[in-house]
Amino acid sequence: LCPGCDFLFPQASRMFAQCPQRCVSSVVLIALLCCLLSSPVEASKSSEDIRCKCICPPYRNVSGHIYNRNVSQKDCTCLHVVQPMPVPGSDVEAYCLLCECKYEERSTTTIKVIIIIYLSVVGALLLYMAFLVLVDPLIRKPDAYSQPLHNQEENEDARSLAAAPVVPGGRANTVLERVEGAQQRWKRQVQEQRKTVFDRHKMLS
Amino acid sequence: MDQKSYRRGSFQSSTSDEDMLEIAGASLDFTMADDDPPLDREMGGFSSYNGGGLTGSSLVMDFLEEPLPGVGTYEDFNTIDWVREKSRDRDRHREITSRSKESTWALIHSVSDAFSGWLLMLLIGLLAGSLAGLIDISAHWMTDLKEGVCLAGFWFNHEHCCWKSNTTFTDRDKCPEWMSWSQLILGHGEGAFAYILNYLMYVVWALLFSLLAVLLVKGFAPYACGSGIPEIKTILSGFIIRGYLGKWTLIIKTITLVLAVSSGLSLGKEGPLVHVACCCGNILCHLFTKYRKNEAKRREVLSAAAAAGVSVAFGAPIGGVLFSLEEVSYYFPLKTLWRSFFAALVAAFTLRSINPFGNSRLVLFYVEFHMPWHLLELVPFILLGIFGGLWGAFFIRSNIAWCRRRKTTRLGRYPVLEVLVVTAITALLAFPNEYSRMSTSELISELFNDCGVLDSSQLCEYVNDFNSTKGDDLPDRAAGPGVYTAMWQLALALVMKVFITIFTFGMKVPSGLFIPSMAVGAIAGRLLGVAMEQLAFYHHDWAIFSGWCSQGADCITPGLYAMVGAAACLGGVTRMTVSLVVIMFELTGGLEYIVPLMAAAMTSKWVADAIGREGIYDAHIRLNGYPFLEAKEEFSHKTLAMDVMRPRRSDPPLTVITQDSMTVEDVETIINETTYSGYPVVVSRESQRLVGFVLRRDLIISIENARKKQDGIVSTSIIYFTDHSPPLPPSSPSMLKLRSILDLSPFTVTDQTPMEIVVDIFRKLGLRQCLVTHNGKLLGIITKKDVLKHIAQLANQDPDSILFN
Repeated sequence: LCPGCDFLFPQASRMFAQCPQRCVSSVVLIALLCCLLSSPVEASKSSEDIRCKCICPPYRNVSGHIYNRNVSQKDCTCLHVVQPMPVPGSDVEAYCLLCECKYEERSTTTIKVIIIIYLSVVGALLLYMAFLVLVDPLIRKPDAYSQPLHNQEENEDARSLAAAPVVPGGRANTVLERVEGAQQRWKRQVQEQRKTVFDRHKMLS
Repeated sequence: MDQKSYRRGSFQSSTSDEDMLEIAGASLDFTMADDDPPLDREMGGFSSYNGGGLTGSSLVMDFLEEPLPGVGTYEDFNTIDWVREKSRDRDRHREITSRSKESTWALIHSVSDAFSGWLLMLLIGLLAGSLAGLIDISAHWMTDLKEGVCLAGFWFNHEHCCWKSNTTFTDRDKCPEWMSWSQLILGHGEGAFAYILNYLMYVVWALLFSLLAVLLVKGFAPYACGSGIPEIKTILSGFIIRGYLGKWTLIIKTITLVLAVSSGLSLGKEGPLVHVACCCGNILCHLFTKYRKNEAKRREVLSAAAAAGVSVAFGAPIGGVLFSLEEVSYYFPLKTLWRSFFAALVAAFTLRSINPFGNSRLVLFYVEFHMPWHLLELVPFILLGIFGGLWGAFFIRSNIAWCRRRKTTRLGRYPVLEVLVVTAITALLAFPNEYSRMSTSELISELFNDCGVLDSSQLCEYVNDFNSTKGDDLPDRAAGPGVYTAMWQLALALVMKVFITIFTFGMKVPSGLFIPSMAVGAIAGRLLGVAMEQLAFYHHDWAIFSGWCSQGADCITPGLYAMVGAAACLGGVTRMTVSLVVIMFELTGGLEYIVPLMAAAMTSKWVADAIGREGIYDAHIRLNGYPFLEAKEEFSHKTLAMDVMRPRRSDPPLTVITQDSMTVEDVETIINETTYSGYPVVVSRESQRLVGFVLRRDLIISIENARKKQDGIVSTSIIYFTDHSPPLPPSSPSMLKLRSILDLSPFTVTDQTPMEIVVDIFRKLGLRQCLVTHNGKLLGIITKKDVLKHIAQLANQDPDSILFN
């Protein structure tokens, strides 16, 4: 991965080399993290993202008003922002003392990126769930083991049958078979967790 | 004799390292943990990590000197051996230090080993902060999605949609870009039909979100439901729950937390954020050998991660560290304190740079007022404390009763339906009332806010006398009609929240408790504050008010009452002390308010403790039967070790292994017939003098490995634990030396030791089991489960409720 990593974390980098599957998730997480961090850093301050907001309360016979302008922070004062000034010149100072002006910044890129990431992850999870419930049983017809959501009526026999390794003999060599094996293991794990939490109520009430 | 489950694995196994785990023992289903593998592929790293047995010098002769993968790891739902883990870490550290003098690479390796802890904290802080930012921004957007959509870009929530446009002073929410659903569908937003349409859309969205949440939890990661803090407390005390802090749990918890919060349910996200942060910690531990292989070191990292979680939830790094210290962690070495603070700070800084609230603030309800308070106000503050304590005790009792009903009756078989029904009821009741319709964080923010000239909300509709306005400082004024409306609406919201939270906490979606409790307290506090304010205004000539609250003075701040109420209710439910006060004053930034906060927190804790001893998390631990040895309670009974040890008088004698006279077949028989997690090793059955203690899992793995890999090991081979093999005729089969898996220094107490000392030993050292001797001979064994059952029995609780091992 990176040349310095090898001598700083010899065992970690050996682990990275040996088992790409396990570490893909960690790498993906860290990549996601860098994405999230870099977007606010890189986002230039477009005019859409800054504003100076002045709130002025009701004063004598002038009603309350909120003023919004995109000016820089040093110009964020009542005199620059409150235009047109509703009170005559002699009262401006008293009026401006009542107004409160705040400089605010936001990053629309960050918001957009995060919402899109979130929706895509939810969409991906829903698609995967639909796949597991609908498509997977059709592919895996010979296996008696395929219903991740309907847990109640599990046979102990069906489970013990499925406990035999899917790949016949030897080590799973191709990537696809390794992914298969990992997926089967994961499904079994979720099955166990579901049993513990939902059926036997052993954990998490 | 049922050997089926044991033997079957050994015939069918292939030669891969993974299968070694699957054959070991009858009920090892849980160890097929993809994301939390107890094994590492490399064999060589373990050289001096034995169970305290060897010093590593005699390496040559024995095949089994090289420890096998799997030896020294733990099964799921078991307790770790703190002593062994700590001594392994010390051995590892000694080895690295001694080798660092040999070459430059080794020196760099030792330096990087020392730095790895800090780098890990940095990574945890970054990841936890980023995830918290993602959760905050998404939750805000989705909460507003129930009410309408932004035309300028669907990803904006209401506040950001109206950011650029000019809103009016009185109606700060309306802007042309934001359309409510009725406006979008019907074209106009007024009228009864539009109201009903809005109502319907609100309920439909709420149901959709919660349905998605519970389906995702059920389908992908059932461990992601609930708050997470009771289970994390148990894990940090030494329990193993594989998969609880894994990557699928992390992903699902993050996603479904947003969905659950957005669906309008009466729950918060602080507790689940602690779980999310601990998952990050656990996952990142896998990058560093030092933490991946050692369960005790990993728990130090998890303590720090929990601190980072609370820090991003509240924007309170110090409060987070104290929360981790007080509530979550079991053993908290001082080294962890500094590192936790670092992780919490990095997390808070990361969250601030993502800037979810547009103002560089960390929390939605950051208040900035600094009005002074008067000593006489301590009376209402103490009243609020009493209310908080009463409510806390009531909530804990009812919630535990409801959760127990869910656990034992048919109610627990319909989790999805339960979530949908609760969401429907919450949405139907919440929409009509403006204060329950808004998200709970916004409600708290508004209640904490002190009414000034610039506010125009209904709660701040006081009768203003413009002539006496002196700048920003408004005096106490008479309440206008808006305030009265707000008061009864708030009272209705209070009643609703008090009852609906009981049914919400503990459902099968991620649910936290902090925000709902703070909301209940804030509403009660604000009601009392406004009442006090009006009392002082209308009766400013009474003796108690005349001294400090004359007419025209600004003396009562209802926002402060809301804060104190929130602290009181939170303290009543969770029984936090220092961490609560620190979190609250980090939220407000004002040191002036420490005394009222402390007064309310202490009062609520005393009142709640008088009614029921446990906080909500301890109550849930007891409900689920986790093997958690409470560190704060004193054991005050006069029983002795021999009253608790096993075997009892009526039981068969203790199952032991002799040091050099049992065959492989004998040992396998013992393993198959009993289910103990370890066996004492004695010199001989007659003398019963103790040699050491050997764990079941290590025995199984070693014997299986020896049968396959070592020459000449058959069922009649003798197993010996001594240094030199016993003398036998040359025609006997080759012997199996298992000294490397023997723990030569097990903890022993005599049978006359008082149980208070035994409980103290278990707590302070983190033991799993302790052997009992009499006159130097082995008499029995006390395990942690026995201790817990004994405590439960003496407290008149059901000792059979202690599940797990």
